[in-house]
Amino acid sequence: MMIDHTTVWIVIIALAIGSFLIRFSFLGIVGERPMPEWLLRHLRYTPVAVLPGLVAPLVLWPAATGGMTDPARLGAALMTLSVGYFSRNVLAAILSGAATLYGLLYLLG
Amino acid sequence: MTSSNPKRHFLRGVRDALPFILVIVPFGALFGVVAVEAGLNVVEVMSFSVLVIAGAAQFTAVQLMTENAPTLIVILTSLAVNMRMAMYSASLTPYLGQAPIWKRALVAYFMVDQAYALSQIKFEMERELTVSERFAYYLGTVVPLAPLWYGASYVGAVAGTQVPPALALDFALPITFLAMIAPALRTLAHVAAATTSVILALVLAWMPYGSGLLVAAIGAMIVGAQVELLMSRKALP
Repeated sequence: MMIDHTTVWIVIIALAIGSFLIRFSFLGIVGERPMPEWLLRHLRYTPVAVLPGLVAPLVLWPAATGGMTDPARLGAALMTLSVGYFSRNVLAAILSGAATLYGLLYLLG
Repeated sequence: MTSSNPKRHFLRGVRDALPFILVIVPFGALFGVVAVEAGLNVVEVMSFSVLVIAGAAQFTAVQLMTENAPTLIVILTSLAVNMRMAMYSASLTPYLGQAPIWKRALVAYFMVDQAYALSQIKFEMERELTVSERFAYYLGTVVPLAPLWYGASYVGAVAGTQVPPALALDFALPITFLAMIAPALRTLAHVAAATTSVILALVLAWMPYGSGLLVAAIGAMIVGAQVELLMSRKALP
């Protein structure tokens, strides 16, 4: 594939500095001053606000099938989500998602 | 349990973090494989895992780069994934804010979900801990995790090019992220934020340079925060 290596290094360095500053932020600079509650309330939702939106197009329109919705990938996604939701176990969710994907690819392929 | 011995708390941290090895190793190896498949070399993969040390953000960056998103969008979206750590930083501050600056910098570098979650619970339950005992415990939790994260990334990167396409690795990232999101859907507010994120991302997929995802994420955060407010007002008598 065509990834430009200069871009990769710019991204690595920017993410290294940016991630450190995010992690250091309050601990390093704010010290013991209290945090505004409204800010914490928004920060609480960052993972569930970013990751589902990133995944949704990959699940519905996978590049591997030329953007056509694929029953095997859709089934695997739903299985991962339900096992993860009910078991609260990340590893169990990944394993059952992978098993569903390979099972359906084999059956439908 | 109430020993004033930092070494004991360090070892306790190591022990508490051991189960997370089962998550860290496959996740790190997967990052190595996916990144090499996307065209990164081993040095780049290792730089990601050592310097950025944040799995979800690393996967996001690689995914967006394969989609040829502009560099600034790649950086902003990946940093958005890491914004949760500002919250971790804020909630650890009352416990570790008085530690010397180099210790706080070390805590910041190693701030990963598992170390935060374990430490937050420990500090809240054992209020009598000194700052250096807390620091020792925190460091203990990252000792099994960080080196294995680096090592697993390396193994994945080296093995990566030998993975056949029949393994459908294009779908490893969606499955991993879904597995991380699902247990986080604890409250109505989390579900509302996730749903908003999905709908907006799909509806705004036409927006140039992957900027639709950023808009979707900001919208979803606002929805999550508002639903939380609404629910807590309802809970009041």
